[in-house]
Amino acid sequence: MEKDGPKRNFQIPEFLKEFLVPILAVFTAIIVGGIVILIVGGDPIAAYRGLFEGSFGSIRALSETTVWATPYIFAGLAVALAFNGGLFNIGAEGQLAFGAVAASWAGYALPALLGTSIPKIIHLPLSIIAGVLAGFIWGGIPGWLKAKFGGNEVINTIMMNYVALNLTSFLLNGPMKDPSPTNVIARTPEAAESAQLIPIFQGYRFHWGFILAVIIVFITYWILYKTTFGFEIRTVGTNPNAGRYAGINSSKITFLTLAISGALAGLAGAIEVTALNFRHELGFSVGYGFDAIAIALLGRNNPIGVFIAAILFGAMKNGATRMQFLTQIPVDIISIIQALILLFVAADAIVRFIYRIHKKEEKASVS
Amino acid sequence: MDSKRIVFIFLIISLLFVIVIMIGKSQVDPIVIFVSMFATTLSVATPLTLGALCGIYCERSGVVNIGIEGMMLSSAFFGWLASVMANTIFGLEVIPSLLTGVLVAVLVGGLLGVFHAVLCVSFKIDQIIAGTVINILAIGVTGFLNRQLFFEKGGMFGGQFPHSPGVLPRLNIPGLTTIPIFGKIFEQQPIAISAIILVFISHFILNYTRWGLRTRSVGENPLAADTVGINVTKMRYWNVIIGGCIAGLAGAYFTIESVPSFEPLLTNGRGFISLAAMIFGNWSPFGAWAATLVFGAAQAMQINLQFFRELIPPQLAILQISYVVGLIPYILTMLILTGIIGKSRPPAAVGKPYEK
Repeated sequence: MEKDGPKRNFQIPEFLKEFLVPILAVFTAIIVGGIVILIVGGDPIAAYRGLFEGSFGSIRALSETTVWATPYIFAGLAVALAFNGGLFNIGAEGQLAFGAVAASWAGYALPALLGTSIPKIIHLPLSIIAGVLAGFIWGGIPGWLKAKFGGNEVINTIMMNYVALNLTSFLLNGPMKDPSPTNVIARTPEAAESAQLIPIFQGYRFHWGFILAVIIVFITYWILYKTTFGFEIRTVGTNPNAGRYAGINSSKITFLTLAISGALAGLAGAIEVTALNFRHELGFSVGYGFDAIAIALLGRNNPIGVFIAAILFGAMKNGATRMQFLTQIPVDIISIIQALILLFVAADAIVRFIYRIHKKEEKASVS
Repeated sequence: MDSKRIVFIFLIISLLFVIVIMIGKSQVDPIVIFVSMFATTLSVATPLTLGALCGIYCERSGVVNIGIEGMMLSSAFFGWLASVMANTIFGLEVIPSLLTGVLVAVLVGGLLGVFHAVLCVSFKIDQIIAGTVINILAIGVTGFLNRQLFFEKGGMFGGQFPHSPGVLPRLNIPGLTTIPIFGKIFEQQPIAISAIILVFISHFILNYTRWGLRTRSVGENPLAADTVGINVTKMRYWNVIIGGCIAGLAGAYFTIESVPSFEPLLTNGRGFISLAAMIFGNWSPFGAWAATLVFGAAQAMQINLQFFRELIPPQLAILQISYVVGLIPYILTMLILTGIIGKSRPPAAVGKPYEK
């Protein structure tokens, strides 16, 4: 290893090297994606220009990118937090859906239930908290089963996904269906005005949810790396036995990790309802669980990394429509590029091999 | 697979059968309902069984595979594409084109197995990430080609939706399908039959052959296996590839055996349910099969209750809502797994790349 060191003809500062490999990974994925576009007979330059214009090219595009990225940030954080605790939460989709159902129920049904209108300052937070609570429960059940009985959380979060799917189908087609005569689809009634977040800038969909997401990113970062609780999560995640010897109640930590993870996913659903759609519609949550796993992995389970990955995914989702409009290349190419990015970021051995970047020598010298 | 699990699973499947038979018996002969439930259960459990077997081969050799979903989706698409092309472009007869489709599906599954093995075993990247890459890639590639080939004007079939050669016919197995009344249970299509055979073969291979012993040893303790001269890399590669081929067969079930068409995302999470069934069955073929039969029975119940909607007594009115019936297998799984059976134990070295 040490012999390879001096071969490099230029020195890159250490702090840049941290970012160099991921950036090169994204770059490589874009090149390979371009080759794919070329093979199927498209113009990669035009495609990428469309993608960029559609995601960052104008104020409106930027605003839309944040709209797409917001649920990704919350759901990505949810999966990343669980990973930090050594738990695999495949159930973000169900938690998100149930959070959305609960938030929209609180949004439209509470005033009628109480027989009076509720001031916004109470109703809006109540609606969001309902969503968070639903997610907390939906993630907490597998967490409790794991902590109490050792039930495998992979199975149980998958099962909870399907329970959520069937339950929301039932609710949205039955008791919670929008009763307005023009409605034929499975959706809830619109939330009362007092449960709707007002837009920040008139005419743009950019909303407070994104700002909340940024705050939550920093809070999660702070909790994970600066508090005892976060330390306990990470300790249980890396080595449950060591945690036990250190006097950590690992059952409690396991339960709380999955429950908070679920709460974050539930928050994603609640924000989509209160800030954007004002109701929950069947099928809206499809695919978020998948994407959330990819975003968490891409962000290396670090909240800041998750934020960047979520922006990247949101931008691509948003720009894809413009790309398809300009170049007739199907939007599905985005998934291929996303998979490539994830692949190259994860397999930094491949990227290091392509660009002849050597690993830090520390490891070799220690042993 | 302990006997406790078998007994509980048997009781639950019986319970689901009994409910349907009790509801429908005033209109249809109970034996006929039983036979129909049994046949449907076996049939709808097929992709789950195959998916779980894929997971078992991978994980028993020490490689986590959450890409089963993506493997199924890709092979469903390419298998179907191959069968359509063989039939319409190369003018093959129906059966040979369908078999071409199955073969291509298995090959595509195997190739994705190679891909997974290269990433996990050779490049030693995080196995969960590798599986996720396969899943996303599958969604992208199948969605992209589906649109590009079939819906674009300049596409392969000129913007027209291609004519599919149909689905695989039911088999007549002398001695089984000729049994009066109960023979109907065995009147299955070929992939469903092969899934059942593969469960038995896999059980035998894993437990009674040198190959199986070696597979298990690299999954439990690769260092020890390496010390006695077993090639860990080779064993893991082959098991992941075999698993991929089996997932490919599961993919073929969707588009060549169940319905003769492809639509994006048609596997609809069944790769993940297979994963759950594998864990449920404690990484053993029979255990996983039993678990998939619970899902199959619940789905068969859902299908059969549609016919008997009017006959459902008022005290069971909740069963009229198919979404509620749809909840049953998932809640049952969680209950059985945690309340009655307890912990499943994964292979000791699963998920860890082997560093020499």
